[in-house]
Amino acid sequence: MPKPLPYEYKYLRSSKRFPHVWCPGCGIGIVMGSIIRAIDALRWKKDDIVMVSGIGCTSRMPVYVDFNTLHTTHGRALAFGTGVKMGNPDLKVMAVMGDGDSLAIGGNHIIHAARRNMDITAIIVNNNNYGMTGGQFSPTTPIDAKTATTPYGMIEPSFDICELMKGAGANFVARGTVYHIIELDSLLKQAFDRKGFSVVEVLAPCPTNFGRANRLGGPVEMMKLLKDNTITQGQAAKMDPDKVEGKTLRGIFVDRNIGSYMERYNALCASVEEAAGGMQ
Amino acid sequence: MIVPWGETKLIQGNEAVALGAVAANIEFFAGYPITPSTEIAELLARYMPLLGKPWIQMEDEIASISALIGARLAGAKSMTATSGPGFSLMQEGLGYACMAEVPLVLVNVMRSGPSTGLPTQTAQGDIMQARWGTHGDHPVIALAPCSVEECFKLTIRAFNLSEEFRTPVILLPDEIIGHMRERVTFPAEDSVQIVPKPVPDVPVEWYEHYHPTPTNISPMASFGSGYRFHVTGLTHDTHGFPTRRKPEVDAKMERLKHKITRHLDKLEDVRMHDVEDSRVVVFAYGSVYRSALAAQELLKKKRKKIGVFRPVTIWPFPDRTVKECLDDKDVVLVPELNQGQLIHEVERMTSDEVRVIPLHRVDGYEITPEEIVASVMEVM
Ligand SMILES: Cc1ncc(C[n+]2csc(CCOP(=O)(O)OP(=O)(O)O)c2C)c(N)n1
Ligand code: SF4
Repeated sequence: MPKPLPYEYKYLRSSKRFPHVWCPGCGIGIVMGSIIRAIDALRWKKDDIVMVSGIGCTSRMPVYVDFNTLHTTHGRALAFGTGVKMGNPDLKVMAVMGDGDSLAIGGNHIIHAARRNMDITAIIVNNNNYGMTGGQFSPTTPIDAKTATTPYGMIEPSFDICELMKGAGANFVARGTVYHIIELDSLLKQAFDRKGFSVVEVLAPCPTNFGRANRLGGPVEMMKLLKDNTITQGQAAKMDPDKVEGKTLRGIFVDRNIGSYMERYNALCASVEEAAGGMQ
Repeated sequence: MIVPWGETKLIQGNEAVALGAVAANIEFFAGYPITPSTEIAELLARYMPLLGKPWIQMEDEIASISALIGARLAGAKSMTATSGPGFSLMQEGLGYACMAEVPLVLVNVMRSGPSTGLPTQTAQGDIMQARWGTHGDHPVIALAPCSVEECFKLTIRAFNLSEEFRTPVILLPDEIIGHMRERVTFPAEDSVQIVPKPVPDVPVEWYEHYHPTPTNISPMASFGSGYRFHVTGLTHDTHGFPTRRKPEVDAKMERLKHKITRHLDKLEDVRMHDVEDSRVVVFAYGSVYRSALAAQELLKKKRKKIGVFRPVTIWPFPDRTVKECLDDKDVVLVPELNQGQLIHEVERMTSDEVRVIPLHRVDGYEITPEEIVASVMEVM
């Protein structure tokens, strides 16, 4: 008797598209597993889901999952996704993007998707550099870090993705890591369940580029860094402020229920049609 | 009722484009304001909510065309409108739509360039950008209206061709055509043919998003229809998954080319006036064609006979017809609102015996009938 496969396989294009392109020890596959578990928990139908991405290692994800999948151009996942959602509002749209994809070339699109509160879940895999093109710096590369284009160290300050998204107007903003996987499953599930624009930043290792350039060790050591250098907001509240300094916070930063774009557009159409009907 | 079916109205070219889109059952519009195209976005901002259909002003033109592609993949027939600088930004998405074979209509109301140029004035400077603006070899269909009535008709044709050929179609009115007002007699609603979306009829498990067919054009499912598929700008196999295998790459690229080059009869659209029995022919399109017709009348009064040849479909260029009809002429005069773009195609299709003469104007004003008459008189 062949062993039954784990249920995750139901969501993978397992017989056709594997092996995948990601390096051993890369964090992106873990995010994919977490997305699948969150969706399974929500009992969403595969036919109703559209996974959009841009260009990069993270953005290769759609090819492996058995949803409606759209691998677009660098930075534009949310612009394509906006069209998908407006073209067929019954679809559930998520965008998976790297930090460069979403915040450098796609920076304009993400702030406007957040401002509009467009009904999309954005999942940003933050590995602190451009993985696909060989480890150049990104808008989330920390000060002093070495990358292929900062051989003397990074001099630009970086974005705090969650603060940026909060300021831009997103409905739900959270941060997790690929080490804290049960927590990540839960954050993703909540993000998918929200109307409007929801964002989950996922800290993930890129051992091949960022890890090597900064002598952070291999995949295991980089996982340990995620464990040691991040704390939940609850933990932070109880800690001595000096000890919190330098740690990255995890958890939900924004959870508000402001009207989503599609709700507002539908209401607009209804009122306009009614007014026009009244005039006749 | 938004389209005044069967009525006669005095309207603007851009208004006719917006009405043509409604007539063609537009289901999504995204755009970014830019003169001289803005009226199209503004009018559709009024019409679309009335129709209960989505309309959005995106953050830029790259976002606009990207949203169009997403919307069409979700099943909504889509259009955007822009002008030179925005058209440049849209080249990324245009290439994606060609590669992924997504129908959409891109209206580029041509203004003077390069760069910001003369924002409110006319030009035909984007003829070559329409053909080669995006990187790599790719199919292109582009149509140039010459009147307000044609803005309406060619917008419908642009939607129809995009669905029929599963590819973006570019409409290229120059600013004069977009902004001028003329009388338009709208046809009866039932006389207008709308090409249906090319939906598949195979069982879900047989579906290939790029199924090879004798016509090279594949049926296309939408997201959410139960046919799950992958779309990418990477070179892909018939299922849409990335490939680097030579036979699959070659097959894709050949099919992209052949879906246009093997259907030239359906795409070609030319107008000829006294071409056959004239020694001198004016080759003109868009607003310049109107001046050419007026010049022909002025010259008749001087007892000089010229022909006028007009391509309505600019791309693919009507190679065969130009060769057949113009290669035996003494002179072909090519007036254009640029420094010479489509003239190179005319030269390519005619032998050295034919004198192909340019007439340029790039100051943002029209080429007048008198200018054409003067050029003709010089050579006659
Ligand atoms: C317009 C454009 N510019 C540049 C590139 C090259 N490029 C491909 S992926 C990438 C960066 C990817 O980094 P990130 O978004 O952080 O994703 P990761 O690979 O780390 O997951 C770049 C610059 C491109 N494909 N398109
Ligand atoms: S380069 Fe980095 S981000 Fe890309 S697959 Fe390898 S480890 Fe992952």
